[in-house]
Amino acid sequence: MLGYIIRRVLWIIPVLFVVSLITFSLMHAAPGGPWDREKKLSASTIAHLNEKYGLSDPIHIQYLSWVGNMVRGDLGPSYKYIDRSVNDIVADGIGTTAHLGIMAFLLSVILGIPLGVIAALRHNKIPDYLATFVSVIGIATPSFVAAILLLVFFSVTLRWFPTHGWDGWAEPDTMVLPTIALSLFPIAQIARFTRASMLEVTRKDYVRTAQSKGLRERSIVVVHMIRNALIPVVTILGPLLAFLITGSFIIETIFSVPGIGRYYVTSIGQRDYGVIMAMTMLYAAAIAVLNLVVDVLYAYIDPRIRYS
Amino acid sequence: MSVSDDPSRVAGGPALTDLPDDVSVATEEGRRLAEQLADNRRHARKLLEVRNLSTHFYTRDGVVHAVDDVSFELDYGETLGIVGESGCGKSVTALSLTRLIASPPGKIVSGQIIFDGIDVLKLSNEEMRLLRGKKIGFIFQDPMTSLNPTLTIGYQIAESAKTHLGLSRKAADDRAVELLSKVGIPRSRERMGDYPHQFSGGMRQRVMIAIALACDPMLLLADEPTTALDVTIQAQILELIRSLSDEFGTAVILITHDLGIAAGMCHRINVMYAGRIVETGLVDDIYEAPRMPYAWGLLDSLPRLDEVKGARLRTIEGMPPDLIDPTSECRFAVRCKYVHDRCRSEEPELTPRDGEGHMARCFGTEPEGWIQ
Ligand SMILES: Nc1ncnc2c1ncn2[C@@H]1O[C@H](COP(=O)(O)OP(=O)(O)O)[C@@H](O)[C@H]1O
Ligand code: SF4
Ligand SMILES: [Mg+2]
Repeated sequence: MLGYIIRRVLWIIPVLFVVSLITFSLMHAAPGGPWDREKKLSASTIAHLNEKYGLSDPIHIQYLSWVGNMVRGDLGPSYKYIDRSVNDIVADGIGTTAHLGIMAFLLSVILGIPLGVIAALRHNKIPDYLATFVSVIGIATPSFVAAILLLVFFSVTLRWFPTHGWDGWAEPDTMVLPTIALSLFPIAQIARFTRASMLEVTRKDYVRTAQSKGLRERSIVVVHMIRNALIPVVTILGPLLAFLITGSFIIETIFSVPGIGRYYVTSIGQRDYGVIMAMTMLYAAAIAVLNLVVDVLYAYIDPRIRYS
Repeated sequence: MSVSDDPSRVAGGPALTDLPDDVSVATEEGRRLAEQLADNRRHARKLLEVRNLSTHFYTRDGVVHAVDDVSFELDYGETLGIVGESGCGKSVTALSLTRLIASPPGKIVSGQIIFDGIDVLKLSNEEMRLLRGKKIGFIFQDPMTSLNPTLTIGYQIAESAKTHLGLSRKAADDRAVELLSKVGIPRSRERMGDYPHQFSGGMRQRVMIAIALACDPMLLLADEPTTALDVTIQAQILELIRSLSDEFGTAVILITHDLGIAAGMCHRINVMYAGRIVETGLVDDIYEAPRMPYAWGLLDSLPRLDEVKGARLRTIEGMPPDLIDPTSECRFAVRCKYVHDRCRSEEPELTPRDGEGHMARCFGTEPEGWIQ
């Protein structure tokens, strides 16, 4: 098992390498550059800036230098916020973003799984229809619509929660709406997945065996069904957590959460190369690591799976 | 022994007032007498009486009459075979006995099931649960899918004992170890922590048997327990079921499509066809003198010792009818070589033939019939 984990961790390196290569090439192939402004800078200024930041070097030299710096933990300068490094930008926002993401993840799991289980146990009865209705809405509603509706209703009309800002545990009020808004989609997704998986398990022979043993309904559901039903659900949790902890542009923008999510969009518009690379690598690394965690968890839940 | 319809024999069996119930159990002798009386009481009635049981499935294509007006009885400790081709209602019969029919789409629409004096269809769900696993053990066809892949086999055996016998974890584990060695699993204590995928098919079926017998049930329902296994393993598993049911005095209903297996194991046999019992009787009567063309067909498809080696086995031509809206003719008529006009216009009743409790559903073998 340990050998397996080490091998998988080592595999992450070439994966990230390929991802960075592709992103780097695409990013430089895209028209425009970091110095494009409403009011054009003079050619000599641009040449000077390119010189200063090494942007006039051949592309492979630029890439190698980026790799070299990154390996040493230096993500380079931001071309938009001249006084700040990419390290600063990421360090400032990642804590908030991850905090919001983890809260949303926990809420999604805590609500999504029971919702799916209940829907499956009451298959084709009112709770099932209700849960299905809720998940369809959750999946079909774009997050900016949901976020704005929550904001209008709970902050503007009822005045229960602040309209913007994020103070973490210092001011828990500020966490409520962003967390809910961010988790609506994952709750619906987990509930749907859990429901389908539970319905599948209901038809399994070993569930009939459990019934034939005269076990209590509760142990049949908890011991024999849920555990097996969660095996496929766990696979979607890895990518989901990766998605949530690396930030959401829409939710962070609407609720003015000072995370890194907004850089996904702004850095691309501004051709802020260092930030684009940092955001991409962050997301790719999160996916790679969390998929590994999921696979390890898998072996723990399903004894048939043994890695060597 | 007959499939009687006497309505006075319902739950509770015959009156028991003639037996003294104030026997002191303080002495060894008193205890033995009490046991004797309990034993007598039991033997005064059947372990199982099934009357006019019908189970239907409500599907999109129509109502499937999977079990249609089936009646039979079972003595304490007796082994009964239910034999028939696939799809004729054997499993649904067994599942109906423990009310494990998936609902929807299934439903027991009529009939009565009296188990050890208890009217099963009148029990609450909770009372029914207490009967399952404790008084009635179940072995299913496919040992590869019938065990939970994420739980150790030790847990899966001990679970029943914990639930029904109120044993502590430790005591239940000890019982599971004992059962595992009883069903012939070597190094049973070490194997408690193993998962089903670490066992072969035959070994898993042994584990299923241990689970089914965990609470020393009065009735074991074995639904094609060897169909999924290699031929060599089949014999071992059947022998195991036989020896353990003898040892524990457990009655067995053995479901199989193989009349040969049933003949080797059972006291009596019910032959089922298209949701109906078409012949019933002692093994010897059915095996030596079957009185229903379908049963001959089943016999003909058995390999015989006196047959030329390598000769093709004969099988019954045609397929069982589908069980949606059965017609009012002999259900075997479309496949029967001996069919007469009468068979097409009405369905025969189950009527007595030579031999104890021997009955058949066929106009042709009735006393005035055309088959001799
Ligand atoms: N869940 C179900 N839904 C619909 N039909 C069913 C269901 N279970 C069994 N049946 C039908 O009941 C009939 C008897 O099935 P079964 O008792 O399993 O046969 P077998 O004798 O092979 O055990 C078959 O025609 C089958 O199609
Ligand atoms: S009743 Fe007629 S059709 Fe049916 S089995 Fe007997 S002879 Fe054949
Ligand atoms: Mg069957």
